Amino acid sequence: MAEERPYKTDFGPPKYDLMLHPIIKKNYGKWKYYEVVKPGVIKRVAESGDTIYVVRAATPRLLATDTVRWFAELAEKYSDGYLRFTSRHNVEFFITDESKIDDLIKELEEGGFPVGGTWDATQAKYGLTNIIHTQGWIHCHTPATDASGIVKAVMDELFDYFKEMKLPALCRISLACCLNMCGAVHASDIAIVGVHRKPPKIDDDAVRRMCEIPSTVAACPTGALRPDMKRKTIIIEEEKCMYCGNCYTMCPGMPIFYPEHDGVAILVGGKVSDARTKPQLSKVVIPWLPNNPPRWPEVVQAVKKILEVWAENARPHERIIDWIERISWEKFFEIADLKFTHHLIDDYIFDYCSFRKTAQFKW
Amino acid sequence: MSETPLLDELEKGPWPSFVKEIKKAAAKNPMAKDLLRLLERSYREKITHWKHGGIVSVRGYGGGVIGRYCDLPEEYPNVAHFHTIRINMPAGWFYTSKALKQICDVWDKHGSGLTNFHGSTGDIILLGTTTDHLEPCFQDLAYCDPPFDIGGSGSDLRTPSACMGPALCEFACYDTLDLCYDLTMEFQNEIHRPMWPYKFKIKCSGCPNDCVAAKARADFSIVGTWRDEIKIDQEAVKEYVDMLGADRIQRELVDLCPTKCIKFDPNTKELEIDNSNCVRCMHCINKMPKALRPGDKRGATILIGGKATFMDSAFLSWVLIPFIEVKKPYENIKELLRAIWDWWDENGKFRERFGELIRRLGMWRFLKAMREEYGIDIPADPRMVEYPRTNPFIFWSPEELEEVE
Repeated sequence: MAEERPYKTDFGPPKYDLMLHPIIKKNYGKWKYYEVVKPGVIKRVAESGDTIYVVRAATPRLLATDTVRWFAELAEKYSDGYLRFTSRHNVEFFITDESKIDDLIKELEEGGFPVGGTWDATQAKYGLTNIIHTQGWIHCHTPATDASGIVKAVMDELFDYFKEMKLPALCRISLACCLNMCGAVHASDIAIVGVHRKPPKIDDDAVRRMCEIPSTVAACPTGALRPDMKRKTIIIEEEKCMYCGNCYTMCPGMPIFYPEHDGVAILVGGKVSDARTKPQLSKVVIPWLPNNPPRWPEVVQAVKKILEVWAENARPHERIIDWIERISWEKFFEIADLKFTHHLIDDYIFDYCSFRKTAQFKW
Repeated sequence: MSETPLLDELEKGPWPSFVKEIKKAAAKNPMAKDLLRLLERSYREKITHWKHGGIVSVRGYGGGVIGRYCDLPEEYPNVAHFHTIRINMPAGWFYTSKALKQICDVWDKHGSGLTNFHGSTGDIILLGTTTDHLEPCFQDLAYCDPPFDIGGSGSDLRTPSACMGPALCEFACYDTLDLCYDLTMEFQNEIHRPMWPYKFKIKCSGCPNDCVAAKARADFSIVGTWRDEIKIDQEAVKEYVDMLGADRIQRELVDLCPTKCIKFDPNTKELEIDNSNCVRCMHCINKMPKALRPGDKRGATILIGGKATFMDSAFLSWVLIPFIEVKKPYENIKELLRAIWDWWDENGKFRERFGELIRRLGMWRFLKAMREEYGIDIPADPRMVEYPRTNPFIFWSPEELEEVE
């Protein structure tokens, strides 16, 4: 059957105002204040006096269409057919009748989607929210680890922190499955990043057939690659390679996967908000932990340890980096019981900035 | 015995399980079923089973579809092709149930039944289909009510995203959703047809809390701010003092102010702010949302250059324009974007992010080009730097020397 309809392009996304709950539309830009009623429930009051309750639930980000349909049906039942997703993969419903909040929470939780992920800055009581993460072995060709599996394992272990608001400050956990660092790992309180530990195995034949050699050579941040004119392939100086995998991104002839040597690094102390202290990049504190599917126990324990030692010691509103900068990095390594090795001393492009240029330090 | 013993472990525990989601889709979709089997194999072997790269697209566009092929097509034939389609979400990720159900119906017809809500840049991710389904799927979405277009990928303008802004938040200093939508519509060509040295991302945050992480995850970060005084409701301050106690107000609010520009009088229970020394970090407003509000002269700070580590280290965005009006039709912002892209397109090397180009050529060359080639005068401003340079290796242009002669 011939297609009758014209081929449409360049029409963009639906306009946002088609998607707004009537109370949200009516009070757009005219909100007065908010209150965190309890974990997962935020009351928002407009200048008009209108009130709406936002109920936040976790999702695993990867959703079957039937689950999305179920969210849509819940929205029809409880929030007039409207809902939204947050910038951290949670789902939010809008309730105007306070008495329906607990029914919605019950349905969500019985369906396997826990309510929480909020914080109350007024009271300095913070919940842990969802983990920003990437594709991993589910859909990507360059990962050094999986994404969804580690996220599930970590959040199972830290579940109470999602459900309750018992942390002293915001703590954002993020995961990227390789050093492309898709998402937010370079600016998160705790970050999990997939890393390799051996140079690529060059497949000369694949390089000849499928690669643009000059752009692959140019993709190496340490200049470890050079063209081999005679053999029409690429030569690697292995001692210059720190296994970033960027050459594999450019060229299928540079595979860099070693199941026993790939794993994850743990970073801490990034933040994005301007509140109190400036945004900061995350810093590596554990150079490598093994991939140990399906539960990644070493990674889960490391993340839990860092989170809990911070939570025990930090003052109200003090994020991980704020706490560490108060007590010093040497105390952080001591208190968190982490080993400081030469791997943590920067030797990349801006290495000098991070060196200690004072005799002020703690024993 | 189960075919997927390792993944079955991840159905246990209280956090929602992605394995349950894949199984739910697998019950009626052979692609999802093979994905589950393939992922189990990756868990066993600790390695990805996706082949390198893959270039597929829909007619008329160069970006928005991520091609993917399994490296074991004979054993897992239903994921031999497993392409992703990025669908441009509505600004702020607000939906009607009707719109979501339509997307699900289209995706069940054409794909694996698996999605991501959402990809990190913001798009709805439709996870897994075959090449022959790409165009029909796109056109079925184009004829939904309302229609959904494809988002960005490759060396193009990626899908812009925004925090919930004025839809729900009293901190919003400009209309993030409208700006995000307007820029997305204005630059449809730049999103759909990659023509640049590399990717370029725009994110819109309504205030410095930066709930879409614009400073870390966008080449062009638009962060709401204000120029006048924080509005204080002293009666509401008293309510917070009664709730928290004067001690906690002092310790958790006043003492944490980065510029120490707040004073609290425990006797009168009143706050006083020296706004000329406030850096608008949001802490006091976050702490007392009923009592403190951003000022009325609102706009945004434009920060540029944010990116992840490849190649020249990770950058957080830095200040380009300390304060800019954010008013429809946003011509000032669009003009700046067009000039930036033109300059970057002329000067950028293959796969060089905008921030890296500035690092290579220097802010002064960028500002000079903006002024002389594009008529956009952005004066050098101490707000652009943490501190002035520590070395005297300074470039002078011939014109500057002529002024003396």
